[in-house]
Amino acid sequence: MNNEIALQVEQLSFAYGKKQALKMVNVDVPTGTCCMLLGPNGAGKSTLFALITRLYDTREGAIKLCGYDVKRNHLQALSQLGVVFQQPTLDMDLTVMQNLRYHAALHGIGRMQASQRIQEELERLDMYERRKEQVRKLNGGHKRRVEIARALLHEPRLLLLDEPTVGLDMPSRKAIVEHVHAMAEEKQLAVLWATHLIDEVYDNDHLVVIHRGQVRAAGCVTEVLQTTAAESVQVAYDTLTKEVRG
Amino acid sequence: MMVLHYWRALWGVIGRELLRFVHQRERFISALVRPLVWLFVFAAGFRAALGIAISPPYETYILYEVYITPGLIGMIQLFNGMQSSLSMVYDREMGSMRILMVCPLPRWFLLLSKLIAGTSVSILQAYVFLGIAWLYEIQAPLEGYLYVLPALILSGLMLGALGLLLSSFIKQLENFAGVMNFVIFPMFFMSTALYPLWKIQESSELLHALAQYNPFSQAVELIRFALYGQLNEYSLIYTSVAFMLFMLFAIIGYNPSKGMMVRKGRG
Repeated sequence: MNNEIALQVEQLSFAYGKKQALKMVNVDVPTGTCCMLLGPNGAGKSTLFALITRLYDTREGAIKLCGYDVKRNHLQALSQLGVVFQQPTLDMDLTVMQNLRYHAALHGIGRMQASQRIQEELERLDMYERRKEQVRKLNGGHKRRVEIARALLHEPRLLLLDEPTVGLDMPSRKAIVEHVHAMAEEKQLAVLWATHLIDEVYDNDHLVVIHRGQVRAAGCVTEVLQTTAAESVQVAYDTLTKEVRG
Repeated sequence: MMVLHYWRALWGVIGRELLRFVHQRERFISALVRPLVWLFVFAAGFRAALGIAISPPYETYILYEVYITPGLIGMIQLFNGMQSSLSMVYDREMGSMRILMVCPLPRWFLLLSKLIAGTSVSILQAYVFLGIAWLYEIQAPLEGYLYVLPALILSGLMLGALGLLLSSFIKQLENFAGVMNFVIFPMFFMSTALYPLWKIQESSELLHALAQYNPFSQAVELIRFALYGQLNEYSLIYTSVAFMLFMLFAIIGYNPSKGMMVRKGRG
């Protein structure tokens, strides 16, 4: 496995007014790795994503995407990034193809290349046949697949997924989890996946457990299990999040 | 390569806006019905009540319908600007705004693209309205329909930028009703869209001052003069400055470190 760091978060802190949302957070995601960001609701996952995507500016600490500082070189940094947000962000009135063409245009991809990339990504997710359908008519799982295809259209080196499987049925969830893990390995893609669903974690994933804005544990699954002397990720997660509550 | 990227992105945003517009036919119809009701019902009813004296750019006595037409084009653009602002708030609440904001282009350019896209839609609506008015025998000189285009572009950009600025302040969709009451209606009624300045001055000096400094009045006058092949320089400068100021504050409003994005908290 290549050890190049695609995402580097260093000493990151952020507050909404007086409310501290993140405290001295450090996260590294190497290429070809799925890094699962686990944490209960309100842990700071979405804030971290908002800072990585530069919805908010970083004030304390630094975020680097493939070596580019998100604050200083944000255009280069953002070009390395593909995102699937927690809320659906497709235009419901447009077709799958129109949505993807819009995204390709925003990333400066020409028409010919866009058609080719759209076909590749949709075929990979078994969605090419549905390219002319209006997004409104797709089910939740299919909408998510389109969003994943969209996030990968411009061939980013880091993929951010903010709880992409919430509200999906079991087969759809499983398909997405498998697909993303396969993609990470196949394309040497770095993935940061925010979730609170433990069964989405694979044994060879990296784990970052975040709670109340602080990183409680980070490393590969075995390291986290050793540190917490836990038998499973679920037990480790409970220990790391309960410890503080108690 | 970067120029090509900007070009493609701009057309991407305009294309999306036009597609959305085509898909939402009721939006197109309602955008037209509103000024047409004013023209066919309100203006016809007030034809006798309101006498309009000869004042530039008109060279002869005119019917009230003729006077009100540029104001109604302004109304189309004002509502369109607010509609775009509403869709920005909606996009932000629904999250699709984020897709725009995370693409690797400067935020000012993305906002400007949105603005140009919205203005294109409003110009389309304005010409359809002018076409219907033509059939109703409200006819400007033929070249006026060409001269009015740059005026429509500038007024559309100015009113769209105002919409963008407002959308950076509006936290939730529900607050939009407030914008209707406190921005659209006062701007429209305290302007030269429905009655000339001298007529307003007859009734109230305060209202006259408000109407005179209302940027919407200046946009309407710019359109009115252009439609008759004339350039109102004061309106041109006033509308241009208003556009630049609104745009500047909108960009600040959407800046992740300075504007409302920070104060809004969790997005």
